[in-house]
Amino acid sequence: MVHFYMPVPIIKVQNLIKKYGNLTAVSDISFEVEQGTIFGFLGPNGAGKTTTIGILCTLLAPTSGSASIFGHDCARESSEVRKSIGIVFQDTTLDKDLTARENLVFHAYLYDVKKSERDRRINEALTFVGLYDRGDDLVKKFSGGMKRRLEVARGLIHRPKVLFLDEPTLGLDPQTRANLWDFIVELPRRHNVTIFMTTHYMDEAEVCDRIAIIDRGKIITIGTPEELKKTIGGDVIYVKTSDNRRAKSEIEKLFRVEVSEQDGELFLTSLKGDACIPEIIRALGDSVLSVRLQRPTLNDVFLKMTGREMRSEDVSSGDTLKAEVRTYRRHHDRS
Amino acid sequence: MIEVNAVYVLVAREFKKFIRERSRLISTIARPLIWLFLVGGGMSKLVSPGMGLMGVSYIQFIFPGILGMTILFSAIFSSISIIWDKEFGLMKEILVAPVSRFSIVAGKALSGTIVSVIQAVIILALFPFLGIRIGATGIIETILVCTLLSFCIASLGIVIATFYDNFESFSVIMNFIVMPMFFLSGAMYPVKMLPQILKLVARLNPLTYGIDALKHTVFEGAGIFDFSLVTDVCVLLATSVVFVGVAGTLFERKK
Ligand SMILES: Nc1ncnc2c1ncn2[C@@H]1O[C@H](COP(=O)(O)OP(=O)(O)O)[C@@H](O)[C@H]1O
Ligand SMILES: [Mg+2]
Repeated sequence: MVHFYMPVPIIKVQNLIKKYGNLTAVSDISFEVEQGTIFGFLGPNGAGKTTTIGILCTLLAPTSGSASIFGHDCARESSEVRKSIGIVFQDTTLDKDLTARENLVFHAYLYDVKKSERDRRINEALTFVGLYDRGDDLVKKFSGGMKRRLEVARGLIHRPKVLFLDEPTLGLDPQTRANLWDFIVELPRRHNVTIFMTTHYMDEAEVCDRIAIIDRGKIITIGTPEELKKTIGGDVIYVKTSDNRRAKSEIEKLFRVEVSEQDGELFLTSLKGDACIPEIIRALGDSVLSVRLQRPTLNDVFLKMTGREMRSEDVSSGDTLKAEVRTYRRHHDRS
Repeated sequence: MIEVNAVYVLVAREFKKFIRERSRLISTIARPLIWLFLVGGGMSKLVSPGMGLMGVSYIQFIFPGILGMTILFSAIFSSISIIWDKEFGLMKEILVAPVSRFSIVAGKALSGTIVSVIQAVIILALFPFLGIRIGATGIIETILVCTLLSFCIASLGIVIATFYDNFESFSVIMNFIVMPMFFLSGAMYPVKMLPQILKLVARLNPLTYGIDALKHTVFEGAGIFDFSLVTDVCVLLATSVVFVGVAGTLFERKK
């Protein structure tokens, strides 16, 4: 018997545009997400990731174009869509004055989870994210990683078909980030959900089955991580010289490729890297200050497509600071 | 359409927080007590029962107004906690859930009603110490009016909360909406005695009718009220319906 693999698109977005006044946050994007996969939106701060999620999860109205989940239009059939999705928002949406368990109970009631199922699912969810023992602690005592895990658990209580994760690891330390990812990649198999996630960390996007790179509201490219890296056409060689202008034209003559410059460093792709290095050094002689070789990363894809580096660190610190200021003000304003 | 499960859990959450936050309970109970005994007690020496108060002492006269104040502050506070929920994100969790916006408004309005009636009843229990006599029917009627007024003010609070996204607005709401509502409600002086313009403003204030209704039920028969009880109740019912409708519509609106 022959099995045909029939991809089923669960999310469909067509020519979606979202404007805030004069600012176009999402600029005519189209894509599909297949059932049971992890789909990633990768792009810098302000690219339009959160706005897209906002439209898909029915909180924002699109300016034009359409988005649908399981065939239900996100703008017109909001309540159908809401039933089949779970979301972990970029900023935490837990009630910090309630316990972990109470937050889950609150969610279970909102989604009308049957009474007979409620306790079982809540216990299961707490166990799944390793918070069973902390279930009766107030959420305000939780660390960032614990809150994130609790939010993922909450998002799954009503058994959604699609789980949205908006920058799930933002503001977490590297160890916690890694743990959270180990746990997220398990979700499609364990819970039979499709995952739509956003991130501005290039390395995190590697876990996705398919990635859309988004910048300034536009999807620049879309494909599996391997496909995207293949577009780089091999390795990337970075060369620093005492005279970059001359070196650039020399190398371009030598290999007939385009050489770009970023932060005082030349870089070129589409080559068999290890073999090229000796040739470059021979051709440029003493003017070479350094040469390094890099396997292609998603960062290189972004760089190639936009001509800009994606600086994730600037982004996260700003957002974390904002979150801290809020928490601080909250404690001081309420008392 | 109303989802009972959603309404229930919104009320349960508010109640749980109300029980847990002792400071909130203490401050909402302390405020009316301070007004009643410090302002009321002090003014009693200045205002003689003959001055348009139909034979009741000033401290007795303001008792319905103090009940109204308790309701005003606790119901508004409960409703504008929506602004906190927006600021800290929980509102998004509620808005993406498959519940009608109307259920959310109903849940919030009932939350405010319940916590506010509890506080009003605590203040109401003081009446024997003020030399006021209310019969059993009077007490029941008073509690019913408190419930209706609480619902009305809580719904108004939700309408107000939809216009603000952060709690910097808290003092604006307190200083420019809540305090004027209190002073222009007949709580501290009969509406009849206000200058013409302010009298007009007082007539547009739902709290005026709530406090007037409380004057009816607390002082059965004493003629210190401005409108008939039927008028008061009708105005409160009508404004409640309008506020809930407006709040529901504003919640439905997507950005
Ligand atoms: N409510 C809003 N009003 C006006 N502009 C907004 C609003 N939300 C987002 N934007 C703008 O839209 C753009 C995309 O934002 P966003 O979707 O949050 O990006 P990302 O999640 O990729 O960082 C940004 O320029 C942001 O400033
Ligand atoms: Mg974002």
